[in-house]
Amino acid sequence: MSSSEPVAAAAAPPWRTAPHLPGAFRRLYAGEMRLVLGRRRNQALLGVLAVVPLVIGVAVRLSTPRNGDGPQFLSQIAGNGLFLVFTALTVALPFFLPLVVGVVAGDSIAGEAGTGTLRYLLAVPVTRGRLLAVKALGVASCTALAVLVVALVGLLAGAVLFGLHDVTLLSGDTVSLADGLLRTVGVVVFVVVALFGLAAGGLFVSTLTENAIAAMATTIGIAVFSALLDAVPELRPIAGALLTHHWLGFGELLRTAPDGGALLRWSLLHLAYVAVFLSLAWARLQTKDVTS
Amino acid sequence: MTSAAPATAAVPLGSPAGAAPGWSAVRTTGLTRRFGTHVAVDGVALEVPRGAVYGFLGPNGSGKTTTIRMLLGLIAADDGEIELLGRPMPERLADVLPRVGALIEGPAFHPHLSGASNLRRLDVSDATADPATSRARIGQALTRVGLTAAAGKRYRSYSLGMKQRLGLAAALLQPRDLLVLDEPTNGLDPQGTREVRHLIRDLAADGTTVLVSSHLLAEVEQVATHVGIMSAGRLLRQGPLTEVLADGVAVLRVTTPDLDAAGDVLGRLGLASVRTDAEQSCVQARLGNVLTEDVAAELHTAGVRLRGLTVERPDLETLFVSLTGEGFDVVE
Repeated sequence: MSSSEPVAAAAAPPWRTAPHLPGAFRRLYAGEMRLVLGRRRNQALLGVLAVVPLVIGVAVRLSTPRNGDGPQFLSQIAGNGLFLVFTALTVALPFFLPLVVGVVAGDSIAGEAGTGTLRYLLAVPVTRGRLLAVKALGVASCTALAVLVVALVGLLAGAVLFGLHDVTLLSGDTVSLADGLLRTVGVVVFVVVALFGLAAGGLFVSTLTENAIAAMATTIGIAVFSALLDAVPELRPIAGALLTHHWLGFGELLRTAPDGGALLRWSLLHLAYVAVFLSLAWARLQTKDVTS
Repeated sequence: MTSAAPATAAVPLGSPAGAAPGWSAVRTTGLTRRFGTHVAVDGVALEVPRGAVYGFLGPNGSGKTTTIRMLLGLIAADDGEIELLGRPMPERLADVLPRVGALIEGPAFHPHLSGASNLRRLDVSDATADPATSRARIGQALTRVGLTAAAGKRYRSYSLGMKQRLGLAAALLQPRDLLVLDEPTNGLDPQGTREVRHLIRDLAADGTTVLVSSHLLAEVEQVATHVGIMSAGRLLRQGPLTEVLADGVAVLRVTTPDLDAAGDVLGRLGLASVRTDAEQSCVQARLGNVLTEDVAAELHTAGVRLRGLTVERPDLETLFVSLTGEGFDVVE
């Protein structure tokens, strides 16, 4: 290490950090959404979700269900197309929606690790914190999109098949259609937030493995397992804290005076799940050796 | 190509001799990584001077890739320190890596996207990349690796060589100060291998430091200014190529009818292992530290009639095998 030059430069190499350009995170997010929504598999899954309200709507149109049979709100559809939204969400929540959330969330990081693109993303560099942020945002967007597909197709099909009218609530009171639509927005928001808990769980699982299929299956398994525990009478004392227990609680919004406190409590529970799973995912990702 | 590199490529070339004052393109001290009880990388002190083309050599499983992954912050080191472009890693990863292009253990892209779309995905992920020039830079990178015609095809349909080229294109999306290329000629045909060699020369001429790992020693010998040889997790040799090669045993061979006189001269000069071969009418010895011209002068003074005087230095392959051992076994 002989040197005749002054080594003053040793502490500070003569280059300056390139600044982050404005809109960098937005571009990263847009790229992520293009990637996820560009996949045929994900498009097909959204298509399946769109079919759910269509099938129910057509089936109801062709027959007259007796009162009390079938899922929640089914008997009200014929009288008011708006109820197709609620019925479709009720039908999609136990399996179809968790399926879509599980696939997208499970694939988010494990998929990149499996194809090896994760190492190139990190080398770009996308720092691990940014990576988790954009993946979380992407998964959240897809979750919202999935619920919106069910709700909007339900609304459209309901309007076409049965028409939209003033809404007769569960308690028997009738409110205006505008009020009903407002409540529907509330229902969609509640369901989206409820599913965020599972989505965050899937994101965490996705940081654990390079096998995307395993991560997807595990995420869907979480929802199934939670529902299973929910069905065990002996576990009733803890049932209220289960991930899926309050998913159908959106029915509360269809009462004359919804219990806002309960809705808030349930949503906070779902957000608590989000916080726990995101923390775990962050801790895992920060220390993860990327060897794939 | 320097014109395409505005503010970002302002790093002056390092002193080519290798004794870089201040900071180097890559410098590690005591870099160590264990996997369970297996020490994959063991106290490695890499020194890649600015402006060098550094051939990073070693048999499969010798720890090259683990080292490269640690340099880029993909896996954590158990011990030791890393500096890339004079900044500590992984602490300054976000500042350093935009100036570093990398091909890590083969290309990896999304199969359902086209080559150009894959590059676009990487470019939008770079917070320092200007979106206004994105399209142009992607086009240039694809042209530089000869992939323009296949830019719109799905990655799924690429041949191994095309995948490798796309990986190189990704490393060239921005002007870089350092390129880390892990086995860049894997899967390329001889023509492609030549092109990569030219590419590395071009980039080095622009002032980019290149760290290229390879098992193709002849390849490396043609482009490298410096080499480092790894085996079983340790860095056995490192330095300018000429110096490392000079470490090898040079053999002096004197062809002459005056065998005895020649043997005496070599012995007197202190050359080791003097051996006379009457059949070939030559005398061989290890040259050691003695200068060839001194040997020639002494032989002349002693009246030895010369038919030939040659010095054979081992090539990189010979040296490599003598350091890392023969055979195909993966070193554990």
